[in-house]
Amino acid sequence: MSNFSIELKDISKSFGSIQANKNVNLKIKKGTIHGIVGENGAGKSTLMSILYGFYEADSGTIYVNGKETTIKNSTDAIKAGIGMVHQHFMLVENFTVLENIILGAESGMILSKSIKNATSEIKNLEKSYGLYVDLDARIDTIPVGQQQRVETIKALYRGAKILILDEPTGVLTPQEADQLFDILRALKDQGTTVVIITHKLREIMDLTDSVSVMRAGEIVDSLETSKTSKEELAELMVGRKIRMNLEKSSAKTGETLIDVNKLGLTDSSGIRRLDNLNFQVKAGEIVGIAGVSGNGQSELLEILCGILPCSDGKIKISDITITPTNQTKPDKIRHAGIAHVPEDRLKRGLIPQFSASESSILGYQNSSSFNGIAFTRTDAIRSHCISIMKDFDVRPQNPDIKSANFSGGNQQKLILAREMERSPKVLLVGQPTRGVDIGAIEFIHKQIIQMRDKGSAVLLVSGELDELITLSDRIIVMFDGKIVGEVDANKTDEKELGLMMTNSHEQKNGQKYE
Amino acid sequence: MEFALNDILSILAATIRLSTPLIFAAMAGIFSERSGVVDISLEGKLLAGAFAAASMAAYTGSAWLGLGAAIITGMILSLIHGFASITHKGDQVVSGVAINIIVSGLTVVLGMAWFHRSGQTPTLTSDSRFMPIQLPGVDAISNIPFIGEIYSKLISGHNLLVYIAFASVAFTYWVLFKTRFGLRLRAVGENPKAVDTAGISVSFLRYRAILIGGILTGIGGTYISIAQNASFIKDMSAGQGYIALAAMIFGKWKPVPAMFSCFLFGFLEALSMRMQGVVIPYIGEVPVQFIQAAPYILTVVLLAGFVGRAIAPKADGIPYVKER
Repeated sequence: MSNFSIELKDISKSFGSIQANKNVNLKIKKGTIHGIVGENGAGKSTLMSILYGFYEADSGTIYVNGKETTIKNSTDAIKAGIGMVHQHFMLVENFTVLENIILGAESGMILSKSIKNATSEIKNLEKSYGLYVDLDARIDTIPVGQQQRVETIKALYRGAKILILDEPTGVLTPQEADQLFDILRALKDQGTTVVIITHKLREIMDLTDSVSVMRAGEIVDSLETSKTSKEELAELMVGRKIRMNLEKSSAKTGETLIDVNKLGLTDSSGIRRLDNLNFQVKAGEIVGIAGVSGNGQSELLEILCGILPCSDGKIKISDITITPTNQTKPDKIRHAGIAHVPEDRLKRGLIPQFSASESSILGYQNSSSFNGIAFTRTDAIRSHCISIMKDFDVRPQNPDIKSANFSGGNQQKLILAREMERSPKVLLVGQPTRGVDIGAIEFIHKQIIQMRDKGSAVLLVSGELDELITLSDRIIVMFDGKIVGEVDANKTDEKELGLMMTNSHEQKNGQKYE
Repeated sequence: MEFALNDILSILAATIRLSTPLIFAAMAGIFSERSGVVDISLEGKLLAGAFAAASMAAYTGSAWLGLGAAIITGMILSLIHGFASITHKGDQVVSGVAINIIVSGLTVVLGMAWFHRSGQTPTLTSDSRFMPIQLPGVDAISNIPFIGEIYSKLISGHNLLVYIAFASVAFTYWVLFKTRFGLRLRAVGENPKAVDTAGISVSFLRYRAILIGGILTGIGGTYISIAQNASFIKDMSAGQGYIALAAMIFGKWKPVPAMFSCFLFGFLEALSMRMQGVVIPYIGEVPVQFIQAAPYILTVVLLAGFVGRAIAPKADGIPYVKER
């Protein structure tokens, strides 16, 4: 038997003119956790999809446990003992957990028998790896962290000895991510080989035994994790030295541009989503909002940009006043110089089916420079798009490509370009770098700081604590719809924020935020 | 009193007879749409089945061969629909409408070519049709008041295909919810990617689902031409495929509720026949046109307002494309 679970030799794959994988060689030792890092579009997911039979490689050979294996489809992969936890879960939402697990691996024609057989087997898996889920719950009623467990159990139930996870922590809270890592370690201890794709270097350092770095479709290096560092990996990923810590001068604040007063929100089912929020953001500063996702940050952002109406309180944002009885429509707010970079770029930021040039004017589509008497001025829109693409280094620099076909980072840059090019007075930014590669993150961070230095008030909601600490001047922490603390970004660290986000910190100086 | 019971029983018996083709088509629709293939061609398949059954029965004199011909015809049309919309990932509605139009024209043309009767098939004798059958024990209990009458007038005395229609509802339920095939079929209509990554062929599953639909519509078509009627007449399915589609949606893609909504549409149809010329107190005689339109008006009203949120299978109508 071979020492290696997986051996890839000279794997190449191209989509049309794009070479997604080029002569990839990779060896993964049995019973280890192996990380694959790289920027978005570096070819990580393609490579793993080849291994799981979703794509077929143009050339190259795959060896599984030392044996040459042809993987034409998922069935072949499953037979070879490979399981995959996809980035976008492959679950049937209105099925129960159990039904999802047995789907395709039923033990017979009649369901009730399969279910009986499966239940005890799954209980064993649960026990040995700490993978607890409610088997009878419907998928759409359980949180994403649980859904991911279902995906994992699905793979193990099919007898996977090699488990591939594609960006598993993107959707998880820090706690859920920790639990996942515990599970993965347990799997490793019992002999499963784990391959994890990520672009979060911290996870690589914490979890893996060895790591491969991909760049532009090639593996640039494979290293022992213990013998490398975040900095080295980052450099390998982008192919140049990057600063992990951004330099920025201290804030020169001006007039108050956002003034939130006793803001509250009760949703349609009567649950208090936001309660008694009070804070200000001045011109020339970046205020970060920290919080475990789902604690009201998204709602706050949506109220400020006019998407959601608030239930009580009063907001003054630039020259606009928002109260429960006096709602202002999002387009009015936008035209008053308040730009909004939404958290979910594919749902709210742009229209995936539209061309880049069309997406580049969304929200400003009524502006006279884009419109003739009866028709839109296509040329003006295209040249506008090309110019902002240049400014923000959006690649490829082609205004006619569908928005959906840009990588995440470039979509985000396009949205930021659209919102920032008018030098807004207030910039509301949600998750500016979610799913964005390191090179683009650096660029986006610089742009946001530039906006601040030009005198904009920036409100930043982000799930990445290091991002909040790097960018913000002040950080407000939310928990359960309330503000539970505020810290100076220069004087805090991830640990303190983490405690505050879970509301387990001690109130400082007798300050009460209730 | 006795007169009233008789009246009700005869309307209900008519309801069952009129619902039968709807039930076949609705079950066919459930198989197809639960697997993610929108099937607007139910109408065309019913009509084609009706024509095939009537032609074969007229030619051979055998109702059973007629049924066989209709089933094969339904399956062939399903394969065409599948070839366009599963294999080649074409638009399912366009493919379905195309089938409806082709069938509507082709049945008339073939009918003229084969039987020289302006698109009709010859009138069949009763031994080449499916005739009403008496269930066992009818004579014994028909004299018992009420129960006996219900048994002899409502439950007994239909042709075999009516009973098969009821069996098809149970069959559909069992297959969908109690078998491995059903689990996979429902999954493929919700999230074909999940099925694909579980190592099951999406296309093969969908083909099997629509083939079952073809069989069921074939039987439904047979019922229309050689059980309910005695010959094929141009466009005799008369929108029943569409009504069945509505009933299926009204029944939220579930076999038993869909059967009941078929009953509802059948009942309205039966009522409208009965109500023609009847003078209703205070209102007077309701115009025939209005009564005939009632089922269709109801369709719109029900679908617009009373269904609640009819949640279709998520991948319904979306061809599965694996690679970008």
